[in-house]
Amino acid sequence: MAYVAVKGGEQAIINSHRLIAETRRGNRAVPELDIDQISEQFGLAVDRVMTEGSIYDRELAALALKQAQGDSVEAIFLLRAFRTTLPRIAISRPIDTGTMAVRRRISATFKDIPGGQVLGPTYDYTHRLLDFSLAEKSDPDFVAPVAEEPLDDNAPGVIEMLGGEGLIEQETRSREDTAAFDLTRSPMRLPAGRDQRLQNLARGDEGFLLGIAYSTIRGYGATHPFVGELRLGEVSVTIVPEDLGFAIEIGEITVTECQMINQFRGTTEAGPKFTRGYGLTFGHCERKALAMALVDRAMRARELGEDVRYVAQDDEFVLSHSDSVEATGMVTHYKLPHYVDFHAEVQLVRRLRAAYEAACSRAAAE
Amino acid sequence: MKRASTRPAQGYNFAYLDEQTKRIIRRTLLKALSIPGHQVPFGGREMPLAYGWGTGGIQVTASIIGPEDTLKVIDQGADDTTNAVSIRRFFEIVTGVATTERAEEANIIQTRHRIPETPLQEGQIIVYQVPQPEPLRKIEPRETETRKMHSYAEYGAMQVALYEDIARFGYIAKTYDYPTLVNARHLMSPSPIPKFDNPKMESSPAIQLFGAGREKRIYAVPPYTSVRSLDFDDHPFEVQKWEQCCALCGSTTSYLDEVITDDNGGHMFVCSDTDFCNTRQREQAQAGEADDSAPPTALAATEIPS
Amino acid sequence: MTAELSDLKTRLRPCFDDPVCDSQAAFRALMNAIAYPGRIELVNRLRDAPPPLHAATATLCLTLADFETPLWIDPHLASTDVLAWLQFHCRAPIVTSPKDARFVLADCRSQVPHLDELHPGEVEYPERSSTLILQVASLSGREGVRWTGPGINGTTTARISTLPRWFWAEWAMNSELYPLGADVIFASGEAIVGLPRSVRVEA
Repeated sequence: MAYVAVKGGEQAIINSHRLIAETRRGNRAVPELDIDQISEQFGLAVDRVMTEGSIYDRELAALALKQAQGDSVEAIFLLRAFRTTLPRIAISRPIDTGTMAVRRRISATFKDIPGGQVLGPTYDYTHRLLDFSLAEKSDPDFVAPVAEEPLDDNAPGVIEMLGGEGLIEQETRSREDTAAFDLTRSPMRLPAGRDQRLQNLARGDEGFLLGIAYSTIRGYGATHPFVGELRLGEVSVTIVPEDLGFAIEIGEITVTECQMINQFRGTTEAGPKFTRGYGLTFGHCERKALAMALVDRAMRARELGEDVRYVAQDDEFVLSHSDSVEATGMVTHYKLPHYVDFHAEVQLVRRLRAAYEAACSRAAAE
Repeated sequence: MKRASTRPAQGYNFAYLDEQTKRIIRRTLLKALSIPGHQVPFGGREMPLAYGWGTGGIQVTASIIGPEDTLKVIDQGADDTTNAVSIRRFFEIVTGVATTERAEEANIIQTRHRIPETPLQEGQIIVYQVPQPEPLRKIEPRETETRKMHSYAEYGAMQVALYEDIARFGYIAKTYDYPTLVNARHLMSPSPIPKFDNPKMESSPAIQLFGAGREKRIYAVPPYTSVRSLDFDDHPFEVQKWEQCCALCGSTTSYLDEVITDDNGGHMFVCSDTDFCNTRQREQAQAGEADDSAPPTALAATEIPS
Repeated sequence: MTAELSDLKTRLRPCFDDPVCDSQAAFRALMNAIAYPGRIELVNRLRDAPPPLHAATATLCLTLADFETPLWIDPHLASTDVLAWLQFHCRAPIVTSPKDARFVLADCRSQVPHLDELHPGEVEYPERSSTLILQVASLSGREGVRWTGPGINGTTTARISTLPRWFWAEWAMNSELYPLGADVIFASGEAIVGLPRSVRVEA
C-alpha cells in the first residue's frame, strides 16, 4: 500500500483529549469515583502524591489521582505544575516533631522506650493474604479500640537518649537567620548542602530512593542501619507574621519521620560513634521515609571523611536523577518526533556501511 | 496565514508565569547575552508540559513575549507536528497573541531541532528548546567537572573526540548537535539541530536564545556573533548534501526529510521546513497560472495531502 | 499609620499603569540594548519617576529588581523619596558596598564607583557579577567611542556624555577579565544604551 506523510495536527490532539477522558471514565454503568472517596480510601496514594508533589492538600492530590487514572507519577506532575503558579505568602517556622500527636511510634533499638512503643496503623504484621471480603460490597463497622490512657504529646525522641553518653553525633542546628536552600527557586548547587539534599530526597521518586537505599545495604555503600525511631502523627504549622512579631498556628499536618542510626568507625579527628540519617514525608509514607534516611546518611560520606565510592554516596548522581518529574520528562520525550536527527544519522550510517562493505569486498578480493 | 489574537485565559497571569519568575528569567537572559555561549543556571519552574518537551523554550518565550508579538512554533521544521501544535495552543491560550506559520511574519520563533530556511532578520528572536545544554556531557558526565572545563576553556577533550572519528572513519561522524565555539571563547551545544543548520547561527542578525528546562540552564547568542563549528585545518566543517531535490517544491538548498511512500522500500525526499516548502509551491502555482508554458517543477505535490 | 508614613504614601509616585505589559515592553527594549550594544532604545511607559532618578533608571529598577537582588545606590540618588519608592515597588535590599550588589545605581554628576569596586562574578559563575546602571546627561553627545564585539555588525560609535575620565581605561581592564566582568547600562531620560562586558573599545 502507499503511505502518506503523517502530519499531526490540532484535530488529532483534541480527539486524543476526548479519548483519554472517555478512557478515564471507563464503563459508565459503574458509578464515578468522587474526590472524597479517593482521599478517604486511597489515603496512602494521596500521601505519596502530596509528598512528591510538594503540596500538602489532600483534596488537590485526590483530584490529581482521579485525573491521572491513579498513576502516581502523573498525579505528582499535575500537582507540581499547579504548585508553581501559587504565590508564596509566608515561610513557616520549622515544625517540631517532638510535640507530635503521635499515632504510631516504634524503635528497633530499644525494647521499651519512654512514652512506649505504639504500633498504630501498619501493614507490617498483616499476613499478605488477599482479603476477599473486601471484594464484597459491605459496610462493616470497623472500629479500633481506644487506649485507656492518652499518649504523651511530648514523647522524647529515642535517639536523643544516646546523646548523653556521647555515643551519637549531636544534631547540628542550622542558624535560624539563614534561609534553607530552596530547589524550587534556585538551580541545584554542587556540592550540595544537607538542606538541599534533604529537600531533593523529600521530593524524589520513592521507587528510585528505595532502590538506591537498598544498594547501600547490599554493599554499594557502607550503611549498617538501625531504625532509631519511626513516628507518624500530627504536628502544627506556625508562621510569624511580620506585623505581629509572634508565632501563630495556621494548621496541622500529618507527617512520617524516620531517625536512622548508623554505625561509624570514626576518623582521627572524630572518635567512633553513631551517626544519623533523616527522613521526613507528608502523610503516612514509611517506606519513603526509611529509604530517604538511608540515602541521606550515605550522601553524608564526604562530610564524615568516608570514601565516596558508590552511587548512593555521590550527591551529584543522586540529586540529578531522583526527581520523577524530570526523569519522566526526559525518558518519555523520546516519543516526540526526532526524524530530523534520525535522518541525519541514517545518511551517516549509509555512508559508513558503504565504506565498510567496500573494505570487506577489498579484503575478500585479496 | 496569520491567526489573530484572542483573549488570554482567565485565572492565569499573562503568559502563565508569575511576574517574579519572569524577572528571574529576564535577568538570566541579560547575563546570558552578555556572555555569549555561557550556560547560566536559573531557578527553572515546573511547567504544565513535561520536561524534555520544550519547558525551557516555553519559559524563555513566556518571559519575553508581549501582546504585540507574533509567534511561530516549529518542531522538526514543521508547524503542524503535534508538539508544535500543542505549544502554539498553549501560548494562544495563555497570551492570546497572534500566531503565524510564516517565518518572516513572526518576531518570536520557538523551535525544536531546526532553524528555518528563510534567513532570520533583525527584530526577530529565535528560541531554541534544549534537552541537554552541555556540549561536553557525553565526554564528562559530571557537571562539577564540565563547569571547570568551561571556566578555563579546556576544550581539548572535545577536539580529541572529533579527531578520533577522523582517525577511524576519515571524517567527523557527527551529524547533529555538532559543537560550536561562540565568540571564540565558549563551547556551545547548538541544541540538537542538524549540522546543516549550524552555519545559520554564525553572525545572524537575530537574537538567539536557548532554554533547557530540566537542566535549568539558559544561554544565548547575540546578533552578529561568531559561532564556529569545530573542525581541523585538513578536515574543514561541512554540511549534509542530498543527491535528490524536494519532491514537492524542487528545492535543492533545503534540509530534506526522507518519507516512506509504500511497502516496497519506496521513498522520497521533502523539505523539513513546511513553511518554506509551502511558500515555494504557492509561488510556483502563481507563476504557473501567469505563464501556462512554465514546466511543472513539483511533480508529486498534488498526491501528498498535507 | 503615622503622620510621616501617611505623608510619604501620598507623595509616593506610582509604578507602571499596567505592571505586566509595561515591564514586558521595558524588558524587550533592555534586551535589545544588551543584544545590540550601542543602539539607543526607548523605555517610556513610566509617567512619573521619583527625581533625581531618570525615567529610564526607574523603569529598569521596576523591571529587574526585587527582594532577591541587592541594590547599591549612589548617595546623590538616594533621596528619601527614591528610597521609599524603591522599597515600596521593588523591595530590593539596599547594601552598603557595590561588591555585594546585583544592581548598582549611580549618576555621573556624583562619585561613580570604579569598575573594580563592582562584583566581577565568579570563575565558574561569571554571571554573578554586578550590573551598573549609570545615569548620564546624554546618549548622543559630541564625543564618540568605537565599539566592537558580539551584537555589533562591524563597529559602532557610542556617544555617551559626562562619563568620568577614567571610564574607558577601566573598561579596557574590565574587558581583560572576560568572561568575568561588570556589565553596564547607560540611562538618560527615557533612553538606554547597553554595554555588556563582551564589548571592546577601540583606543
